[in-house]
Amino acid sequence: MSVPQYRRVAALAVAAGLGVSIAACSTKGSDDSGKDAGGKTVITVDCQPDGSQKDLLANWNADVAEFEKQNPTVTIKSVSVGQQCNNPPDFTARLTGGTMTDVFYGYMTDLQQVLDSGQAMDITQYATKDNVPAWDSIDPALKAVFTDNGKIYAIPTKNYSMGLLYNKTLFTKAGLDVNNPPKTWADVRAAAKKIAATGGGVAGYADYSAGNTGGWHFTAELYSQGGTILSTDNKSAAFDNAQGKQVLQNLKDMRYADNSMGSRQLLQWADLLTNAAAGKVGMFIGAPDATTAIVQQFQGKYQDWAMAPMPGQDGAAKGTLGGGEGYFFRKDLTPDQVKAGLKWIAFEKLTPGKGQFDYARAKPQNQPVGLPQPLLFTGGSAAQKQELDLRKANQNVPSENFGLFEATPVPIKGEPANAQAIYAVLDNAMSGVLTNPNANIDDLLKTAETKTNQLLAADK
Amino acid sequence: MATMTSAPETSRRPRVYARPSARTRRGRKLRDNLTGYAFLLGAIFCFALFQWFPMIRGVVMSFQHTRRGVTTWVGFDNFVRIVQDPSFWTAWKNTFYFTGLALVLGYAVPFVVAILLNEFRHFKGYLRILVYLPVMLPPASALFLFKYYAYDPSDAGLFNAVLKFFHLPTSEWMQSPTMTMPAMVIASTWMNMGAAVLIYLAALQNIPGELYEAAELDGAGLLRRIWNVTIPQTRLILALLAMLQIVATMQVFIEPLILANGAGTQDSATSVAYLIYQHGFFQNDLNGAAALGVIMLLVLAAFSAVYVRLTTKQD
Repeated sequence: MSVPQYRRVAALAVAAGLGVSIAACSTKGSDDSGKDAGGKTVITVDCQPDGSQKDLLANWNADVAEFEKQNPTVTIKSVSVGQQCNNPPDFTARLTGGTMTDVFYGYMTDLQQVLDSGQAMDITQYATKDNVPAWDSIDPALKAVFTDNGKIYAIPTKNYSMGLLYNKTLFTKAGLDVNNPPKTWADVRAAAKKIAATGGGVAGYADYSAGNTGGWHFTAELYSQGGTILSTDNKSAAFDNAQGKQVLQNLKDMRYADNSMGSRQLLQWADLLTNAAAGKVGMFIGAPDATTAIVQQFQGKYQDWAMAPMPGQDGAAKGTLGGGEGYFFRKDLTPDQVKAGLKWIAFEKLTPGKGQFDYARAKPQNQPVGLPQPLLFTGGSAAQKQELDLRKANQNVPSENFGLFEATPVPIKGEPANAQAIYAVLDNAMSGVLTNPNANIDDLLKTAETKTNQLLAADK
Repeated sequence: MATMTSAPETSRRPRVYARPSARTRRGRKLRDNLTGYAFLLGAIFCFALFQWFPMIRGVVMSFQHTRRGVTTWVGFDNFVRIVQDPSFWTAWKNTFYFTGLALVLGYAVPFVVAILLNEFRHFKGYLRILVYLPVMLPPASALFLFKYYAYDPSDAGLFNAVLKFFHLPTSEWMQSPTMTMPAMVIASTWMNMGAAVLIYLAALQNIPGELYEAAELDGAGLLRRIWNVTIPQTRLILALLAMLQIVATMQVFIEPLILANGAGTQDSATSVAYLIYQHGFFQNDLNGAAALGVIMLLVLAAFSAVYVRLTTKQD
């Protein structure tokens, strides 16, 4: 072959290769039936534990194998999207690019964004006892979070409410009574001061200020003061007031007047939990499942952690933030794929004794069993009774660690509309008081309110 | 000695060709260049898919609003809204500040380092590798090194430990509104200067040695030689790198994202590129992000045009 011919062949090969690559990049199969060559219904599902979570990954894979055995006409293809199944920018990118899995994980705050993207399927007609045996037992308030104009778009799989998590070991070291945790923000401040005084770079109290988590915690702390993020009609911001100022003032006092929050700030989700798992955080606000993350993802010990109700300003908290997660369905799925997806979610997330409720399996893996949440099922339902019985039978978390939190319910308030976008704005207010001793709280709140109002106006 | 044989008579006669038709000429030209076009196809496709299409799509999106999967045309609404964002002017101020600082530090330092390296008689190769090493480190890894190792706000941080050793005041670095930008520029310069140093070195080595010898004979010292020989002889490279540096630093993104976890203290790290990311991916406002992207494109295009015009005139 002459040189020019070689070049021609090479050029054609490049062009042909390019064509093949483009075809291979397509996310769609050769047909839209959602079935493989053997006629099995295939669905992709995300939030598979990643390789660093060995036990959890093994559990998930075992569950997939068992599910496929029980449902021989279904094939599950699992996808891991990282330890934090919904990192907001990644989630937005997947949603915008249309690269979500067939059945995809989302927060309760994500409904609006998913609907705006036009990617979600209305699953109302499929969300029945036939596909999800425990459907009638799921708390209607949780179903409502994923419902818009009477249409259901996702299945709730976890819920939480926030309280004050505290490290018993550090409490004891600081001479504090582990059975009498702080009840008010003033108590938190006093305890934080004592814990920080034990030295070793320990933060008496820690809080977020980046990656949307700062705004998330600002909201929870505002609820504890009796405040709200938005006006009742959801049309304007409502946090630039005495309650909002108090939230930031409490933090500023702890950070600069007392120097009890450590020097490292601009923390986001993993940063704080890493420090907490390393025994460098005395207290932080969070949900019971923060303990699970500390154990499963950050190699901490659940035995160290106890939980009290959310602190209030002058007495009991006036409210606390509640949220959760669920699974959405892509709009282009076939009915068989939707049914298969629902059955998988029912198996893995909503069946006592299976999947996330397989406490007998979790206990020997030294995962915390006996946490007070999630509470997905309606009080008194058979599913709830069965789940709580299993939880109690396998409990390894000392019951007194979460007893006070369970025994002292605080009114739960849901997350605001456009939550993630507003949280991103409020990160700045949090970072202001945690990194700038001269931060002007009034200015911080005013700026955040202006930005929030712009967001809301743009969303009309 | 080679003998020459005469060509047959017939070959000496001029051949008469019929002029091919325009269609045939085009066909032949196409066939002749087919290989070139086939190779070009890949590049054109990649540019079209990854550069031109997103740019055009971005411009289109900046005039649209999408809600519930329904897209409507909204004129300049997104532009008006984005300009009214309280972080808009802060982001531009930060971006210009970063660019200015990077021009002083990130532009001058590599040039000085290149001159110094050029003066070394020994270990030149090793020193070049040392200077270039940080470029080979993935930017994210390099920035995490700075974040957790050098810029730790406690006394355990490398920079603070050094400052403390010399009894100098320490800093909270990325948590300090005043130090955020200088800290980002230091990290960025360290990461990127290797490539610029190598380019300067190549330019320096092209300067004829006689010029320096002549300058030395005229009694010029080191600074004089740099001013009168080195800089004029590398002017074109200096001008080109200045433009590339300004355009690149105006798009600063990964430094705030990693070093400051995004916006930093009260927007002290928010650059225009980060604000675009924040609108698009945190605030679910892709249309606003596209509008800001278009504004940035126009600013950079205007700057580049003016710069090219000025430098061309000088030449």
